[in-house]
Amino acid sequence: MIPASYFFLLSVVLFVLGIIAFFLKRDLITQLMAVEIMLNAANLAFLALAKSSNFLDAQVIVFFIITVAAAEAAIGLAIVMLIFRQKKSIKTEDMRSMKG
Amino acid sequence: MTEIFWLIPFVPAASALVLILFGRRLPKRYVSFQACGAVFVSFGLAAFSFFGLLNTSPEHGPLIKTLFSWIGVGAFKAGFSFQFDPLSAIMALVVTGVGFLIHIYSVGYMSQDKGYTRYFAHLNLFTFAMLVLVLASNMVLMFVGWEGVGLCSYLLIGFWFEKPSAAKAGMKAFIVNRIGDAGFILGILFLVMTVGSSEFSAIAAAVGNGLLSQGLATLIAILLFIGACGKSAQLPLHVWLPDAMEGPTPVSALIHAATMVTAGVYMVARLNVLYTFSGTVGPIIALVGALTAVFAATMALVQNDIKRVLAYSTISQLGYMFIGCGVGAYAAGIFHLYTHAFFKSLLFLAAGSVIHALSGEQDMRRMGGLKKYLPWTYPVFLVGAVAIAGVPFLSGFFSKDAILTRAFGQRQYVIWVLGLAGAVMTAFYMFRLIFLTFYGVERLDPEAKKHLHESPKVMTVPLAILAFFSITAGYVGLPAVLGKKADVFGRFLEPVIKPAAEGHLGLGTEWFLILISVVVALLGIFIAHTFYLKKPGIPHGLVARFPRIYKLIYNKYYVDEIYDGAVINPLITGSEWIYAHFDLKVVDGTVNNSASAVGFFGKILSYLQTGLVKDYALIFLLGIVIFIGVLLF
Repeated sequence: MIPASYFFLLSVVLFVLGIIAFFLKRDLITQLMAVEIMLNAANLAFLALAKSSNFLDAQVIVFFIITVAAAEAAIGLAIVMLIFRQKKSIKTEDMRSMKG
Repeated sequence: MTEIFWLIPFVPAASALVLILFGRRLPKRYVSFQACGAVFVSFGLAAFSFFGLLNTSPEHGPLIKTLFSWIGVGAFKAGFSFQFDPLSAIMALVVTGVGFLIHIYSVGYMSQDKGYTRYFAHLNLFTFAMLVLVLASNMVLMFVGWEGVGLCSYLLIGFWFEKPSAAKAGMKAFIVNRIGDAGFILGILFLVMTVGSSEFSAIAAAVGNGLLSQGLATLIAILLFIGACGKSAQLPLHVWLPDAMEGPTPVSALIHAATMVTAGVYMVARLNVLYTFSGTVGPIIALVGALTAVFAATMALVQNDIKRVLAYSTISQLGYMFIGCGVGAYAAGIFHLYTHAFFKSLLFLAAGSVIHALSGEQDMRRMGGLKKYLPWTYPVFLVGAVAIAGVPFLSGFFSKDAILTRAFGQRQYVIWVLGLAGAVMTAFYMFRLIFLTFYGVERLDPEAKKHLHESPKVMTVPLAILAFFSITAGYVGLPAVLGKKADVFGRFLEPVIKPAAEGHLGLGTEWFLILISVVVALLGIFIAHTFYLKKPGIPHGLVARFPRIYKLIYNKYYVDEIYDGAVINPLITGSEWIYAHFDLKVVDGTVNNSASAVGFFGKILSYLQTGLVKDYALIFLLGIVIFIGVLLF
């Protein structure tokens, strides 16, 4: 039996990797992927919690997160596509029209 | 049944309300009917209450009707309450009676005016305010009427507001009155502070039981008299009345001759207990009145505008009323007020008839020889002039004589001599007016002469009625030489105005004084006759001889110019200076600078808004890290 703390550790590592990827990468698709990794890190943490403490609610939440993540990915990709059509680019530096 | 007197002011008020709200849709005939009818009903009620008053014994005290409690602050209470006693009865009868005739006259005079309904609405409103003034049973409600008539006066002077001079005159009247009213309000406040009530009965009681010290009474009396000076156009606040002639002539007759301007006299007579008690204020009032009487009369001597002559004459006659109040002859002052209401409104309305006949001409230099064209106006004008000049057997003689006799009896010889001088000038300028207007060569504008016509019946009949009263009104107050009982008017007023100890004048002295009055009146007429009919060269000769004096008087002693120089221009330049230095720099500066400070900090903060999603996310992250950090440690 692998201790729950390993799963938590993995979850944290994945989450930090997601954050790092989000901040270091410059194109939107990679950033979206980083967001997905962070979401899944959260999923992993929930599952580890559910497993270790027989807490079923956490598993239910995971299903919600998967649904939301799917929807988010769909909308996110659609937005990226529209942005690309307009700006011919998906680099984040090119999107500064909201500058104050 | 005699309680219904409180309805007197409300009938014109209701009429005014209807005319203001629905007047536009009402036919002209109905408007005239309602406006005149309302005042007539008021007059009927006043007459009814008056006869009721005659039948009750004077010991009964004044009738008081409290409609509702209006102000209640701590111990101070002011009710919306009316009082009916001999003094208010006379005032109410004069206001509604003369007012009714002037309403009727206005139907003819204003028939061509496009503001017909507005005119009658304001005239009704004025009647209401004036009746509130004279029927109020406390100073606070009286002040409501006092300001109400001021407002209506403003509205009616500026009735032809398209004319800049009329609009200006209205504002001038209002502003000059404000100066007096400041004193009036202070007087009321002092009264309320010391007496604890502004009811007339409470004031009289406070004087009686020593609640009011003499010094304080003097202060209050003077402050209130300042208010009276403003309203009744006494020196030095007389400047608004001549300009008020910009209004329609019936308005001048009603407001600026018969009723509103006499409010000051009424107020002093109403508070006669206070004024008698204060002692020192009386001579001041008498002196102000006498100076005004003479000063205004001199200005009337040289005016060429027919209405302005009458305006100065009104100021002068108001001076006589104040002489009466000042020497303790309050009843005589009110008596003069009452006779003056008839003959002065008669003179104004007759002047209006002349102006009407000449298609709006007011300059006497373009009149003359009108006697044969105006067979109705001329005799009534003559009656009014004779009455005001103080020719025996007409009303003005009795009232003016009563005042002057009393002044002599009080050993106020300076006042008496000034009064006589004013009387000579009164007779002179009135007959100058008559001779210039109705006699001599015609100097008419040919265009005006084509339309020359006598006024319609609706105007001449009120004139005839007023002429009748100008002759007969004096017989209720005959001089004491004809017997102790002769002064019906004074005895009627006794419940309100305690007759002071008579300055015992011998029968011979009294006759002598009457003789002097007669001589003085006839002298004035004689001089006018010589100057303007027999030898028309004399006035021009005098002008050529004393050009400085003539210019001084003709320009009204430069009082307006002095006020312009001493008060108005410094105010304007001061205001401009404050505008340039305080408003523009301090006030606007504060607003503008705080706005630009906000803008400046906004600009700085806006550097945080890079538009890059990544930066925002970084801030999120930082926020979360700080948040968790705080939670953990």
